[in-house]
Amino acid sequence: MAGLHPIRVTVNGTPYERSVEPRRLLVDFLREDLCLVGTHIGCEHGVCGACTVLFAGQTIRSCLVFAVQADGAEIMTVEGLARDGEFHPLQEAFWEKHGLQCGYCTPGMLLTAYEFLRDHPSPSEEEIREAIGGNLCRCTGYQFIIEAIQAAAEAMRTSRPQVPSGRR
Amino acid sequence: MKPAPFAYSAPRSLEEALALLEAQGAEAKLLAGGQSLVPLMNLRLAKPRYLIDLNRITALDYIRPADSGIVVGAMTRQATLEHSNAAKQTAPLLVEAVKLVGHATIRHRGTVGGSLAHADPAAELPTATVALGAELIARGPRGSRSIPAERFFTGPLTTALEPAEILTEVRVPGWPAGTGYAFVELWRTHGNFAIVGVAALVVLDGGGRISRASLVLCGVGSTPVRARQAEASLIGQAPTDARLQEAARLVSGEVSPDSDVHASAEYRRRVARVYAQRALTLALKRARGGK
Repeated sequence: MAGLHPIRVTVNGTPYERSVEPRRLLVDFLREDLCLVGTHIGCEHGVCGACTVLFAGQTIRSCLVFAVQADGAEIMTVEGLARDGEFHPLQEAFWEKHGLQCGYCTPGMLLTAYEFLRDHPSPSEEEIREAIGGNLCRCTGYQFIIEAIQAAAEAMRTSRPQVPSGRR
Repeated sequence: MKPAPFAYSAPRSLEEALALLEAQGAEAKLLAGGQSLVPLMNLRLAKPRYLIDLNRITALDYIRPADSGIVVGAMTRQATLEHSNAAKQTAPLLVEAVKLVGHATIRHRGTVGGSLAHADPAAELPTATVALGAELIARGPRGSRSIPAERFFTGPLTTALEPAEILTEVRVPGWPAGTGYAFVELWRTHGNFAIVGVAALVVLDGGGRISRASLVLCGVGSTPVRARQAEASLIGQAPTDARLQEAARLVSGEVSPDSDVHASAEYRRRVARVYAQRALTLALKRARGGK
């Protein structure tokens, strides 16, 4: 019924050209067509936040956007957080503070936190709790996720390249 | 599950969108923010043969002062409304309501017009527009028409829009300086749909009496419900606690909620009363200059 639509998308700074069915969800495009499997599918109806990516600089649910709608857009996925092989302070902090167990919600948590800290560099615990309210985690009970975000915020405020730790 | 196949178009102008909608007829759906429609498509509860994506029509994304109120284009993102200074100044009730829609990530894509056209009985924006006395502008093959918010929502997920019409704008009238407002809502977890929500607007005259009151609820019927008896009980009265309590008591008699998996009818009715009182109290406080 529907032909393929050509699209051009930039993901984590790399341009891609593909042809997609209109019904191809952005999250499936990222995972299947681009092999960027960091973005996860949890619910496919916008509730869990596991599919969160940045689209034109803002977090969105990639399970609720069709790939055709991303033609011409710049997207950032969790694979775009690390630079030159170095973890982003958020990734360091999630590691240090044990902010993940199974890791399924983690990419969504990281990108939600990334945007949040960009706009709110000195958040209170309450503000962090509210900010991640749209990201569900079944493993951790959230407390260590919040501590990880607090630690990352501090590291980013003081421009330290890593979260202080005994790990290295 | 993945959506059923469909043919897709992304018109760049309203005229083009209208032509497509008329040509494709009943099997076409308009795609605005997609935060309600795409979940339905992913669950295959909606299987449109044609999807008309409105997101390239930038001309429908605006918030502008108009007379003493504001006009909001239908494709304005909820997040844009949330952060709009013009809206905060002129229609703070609308801003307070939109902050309660889902989570920030949802509001980055969700649109004002989309929420109104979707007409979920538990949704905040329909209720706020009814409370404010807004007009909704629809464009169709025969031109534009203006529909008062109170007549726009006709049933669950049903509006007065004709099949070939597109909602293009919401016109929010200005309310007098010093109007008190409040939108309060009960949900089980933050960001979820309201179990019950209440929009309240209160205007005090020079003598401190209530000269105008608007009280509209969501989650207690198939559309936003205006609590007319409660409103009428307040007009011309000094806003004492007893008056507000009585108005809230009247509210519980004016709503006929259904029971569902989230809450029983009885619970919604009780919550409606409590939240009506809270909304009126907060609106009054703001009318008197409090925060």
